[in-house]
Amino acid sequence: MVRFLIRRVALGFLVLWLITVAVFGLFFVAPNNVARTLAGRQATPETVAAISHRLGLDQPLWKQYLDFVGNALHGDLGYDYYHQVPVTTILGSALPITLSLVFGAAFLWLGLGVFNGVISATHPRSFTDRSLTALSLFFYSTPTFLLGILLLYVLYFRLTLAGHTAFPAGGYAPFGGGLGPWAQHLVLPWFTLALVSAATYTRLTRASMLDVLGEDYVRTARSKGIGERRVVLRHGLRAALTPIVTQFGIDVGSLLGGVVVTETVFSLPGLGKTAIDAINQQDLPVIIGIVLFAAAAVVVANILVDLAYAVLDPRVRLH
Amino acid sequence: MALLEVRDLEVAFNTADGVVQAVRGLSFDVERGSTLAIVGESGSGKSVATQTIAGLTRGARVSGTARFDGIDLIGADPEVLRRVRGAQIGMIFQDPLSSLHPYYTVGWQIVEMIRAHRKVTKAVAQQRAAELLSIVGIPRAEQRIHDYPHQFSGGMRQRVMIAMAMALDPALLIADEPTTALDVTVQAQVLDVMRSLQERFGTAIILITHDLGVVAEMADEVVVMYAGAVMERAPRRTLFYRNHHPYTEGLLASLPSQGGTGQRLTPIPGSPPSLISLPAGCPFAPRCRYAFDRCWSVAPPLDMVHDDPAHRSACWLADDAQGRRDNQARNAAEAAAAGSSDRTPTPAGVGP
Ligand SMILES: Nc1ncnc2c1ncn2[C@@H]1O[C@H](COP(=O)(O)OP(=O)(O)O)[C@@H](O)[C@H]1O
Ligand SMILES: [Mg+2]
Repeated sequence: MVRFLIRRVALGFLVLWLITVAVFGLFFVAPNNVARTLAGRQATPETVAAISHRLGLDQPLWKQYLDFVGNALHGDLGYDYYHQVPVTTILGSALPITLSLVFGAAFLWLGLGVFNGVISATHPRSFTDRSLTALSLFFYSTPTFLLGILLLYVLYFRLTLAGHTAFPAGGYAPFGGGLGPWAQHLVLPWFTLALVSAATYTRLTRASMLDVLGEDYVRTARSKGIGERRVVLRHGLRAALTPIVTQFGIDVGSLLGGVVVTETVFSLPGLGKTAIDAINQQDLPVIIGIVLFAAAAVVVANILVDLAYAVLDPRVRLH
Repeated sequence: MALLEVRDLEVAFNTADGVVQAVRGLSFDVERGSTLAIVGESGSGKSVATQTIAGLTRGARVSGTARFDGIDLIGADPEVLRRVRGAQIGMIFQDPLSSLHPYYTVGWQIVEMIRAHRKVTKAVAQQRAAELLSIVGIPRAEQRIHDYPHQFSGGMRQRVMIAMAMALDPALLIADEPTTALDVTVQAQVLDVMRSLQERFGTAIILITHDLGVVAEMADEVVVMYAGAVMERAPRRTLFYRNHHPYTEGLLASLPSQGGTGQRLTPIPGSPPSLISLPAGCPFAPRCRYAFDRCWSVAPPLDMVHDDPAHRSACWLADDAQGRRDNQARNAAEAAAAGSSDRTPTPAGVGP
């Protein structure tokens, strides 16, 4: 188990390193005119050169790369090109927003998806099952931006016109400013993100539960004379959880890098929105910072999923 | 009154291909403390019948009665059934690995069983679980209750299943092919465990098997099932030495003789009929070498044979060896005639 973990962590670092190489490479293939943009329209070539020099852009690519890696290993991701703010500071202010959004939504979709999935699986082909399946497919095929805009239209625009302002149009209220405003700003984005994913989890839970409920050990559980509820939850759901946990880890991991569409629709300055702004401005250090963080989140999520296997399944743990 | 009295049990499943008649008019009794063996080829409805009695068959159309200790279990209230299951009817199944939950320790699983029916503390139940494991012959039971099913060998796992099924001293144990998935050497040990528990607790056993060797060792009474119905029912000795039904004869012929290694078996030719569209007449007729006209048109009732009230057989044949031989000779001749008439002779040595 420990050896396995060490291998996974080493592999994770390898992935992160490859990603820095890829981002650096890609970025410099495209013509770069950050210095020119910064210098303004009337700048002399000397000014541009000076700016280039200050940003280190006149160094050979390999030198820039080595500097970057050296600093990154010390936790320094450099400064953004435009305001000379440390990239770590930029990430630090965007991260809580994305974290709030993703974890809140994840909690919702997991709860909704597993609950509906279990109901569906225990009443297969019933009216409830079919309705839940139809509803899942509906949300599954609705684009996130459309769902977000719809929620905004109905629950912000129409409601405000009718004289009840229940939700803000967008933006973020820090957690420190109180739980109420924080949640109020996040409810619509949470549901936007959660409803789309809950559909996936409903289907996944249903399929996994149907498999498990046909297993011999579920028949044994029933033959023991324990209540049906306990059979379904302690014996069925417990075993059906493995694929759900896997999917959950991967989904949360990949969303942590930024929820571009939802953050944009609801003007939440999280990592996704920050990334889009940085790409528009060719702000390399910020882009690399976010990409690295996103990749690290995925790598860590995968390791956690593997650990979860061991926690959930004694056959893995005791091997 | 017998412990379990099953009468006219019918179980049918609606499937996409049609209605599967898995059990057709099954009746039998199980006396307290005795062993009833149900034998028959795979697919003959043994598992469906016994699981239906315990209320474990889902999505089936069921009719008939199964009076257990005076209560009819067919169509009983789910809560009544739940209280009977485990506490009064214990069950073990063919594959002990897949029948135990892989995520829980065996101790947990036995404790759960006890606490579903008795108001005892976890500690007491755990104590009892360890005791049960040692009764079924698992060494170091105190420690092993903390192990998971995959940490046991096949035979030990089945002992765990037996310990769990016997935890509440049920009046009836339903053992569905308990040794089929085990090594031959382990099979005998597991049967021994069952038999000694039966002596100790006076448990009645329904033993499902397709192995007549197991029947010879364990059974008091035998029911032979084919295509969802009883073909023959008799005490063990009668079944082995004075059997009546050609299907029973076929099963016995396919049994390897005791200790006779390398002895050739004679399996019954052909395969069981589809349970969706059963033909009129005896379901075994297409595979029966003694069949005659009547067998094809009218299904024989399960009637007394040999003037022995304990012996019943669903077969039109008289118990007369000469008559059977005549039938067999006639059938063979007809088959040969039919065979040669629709085969065009090919000149030897002319290959494609
Ligand atoms: N849930 C079900 N739906 C449809 N057919 C079933 C179902 N369960 C069992 N059967 C059918 O019932 C028949 C009897 O099965 P079973 O009792 O398992 O046989 P045995 O235990 O004697 O080998 C088989 O033909 C099987 O395919
Ligand atoms: Mg079976």
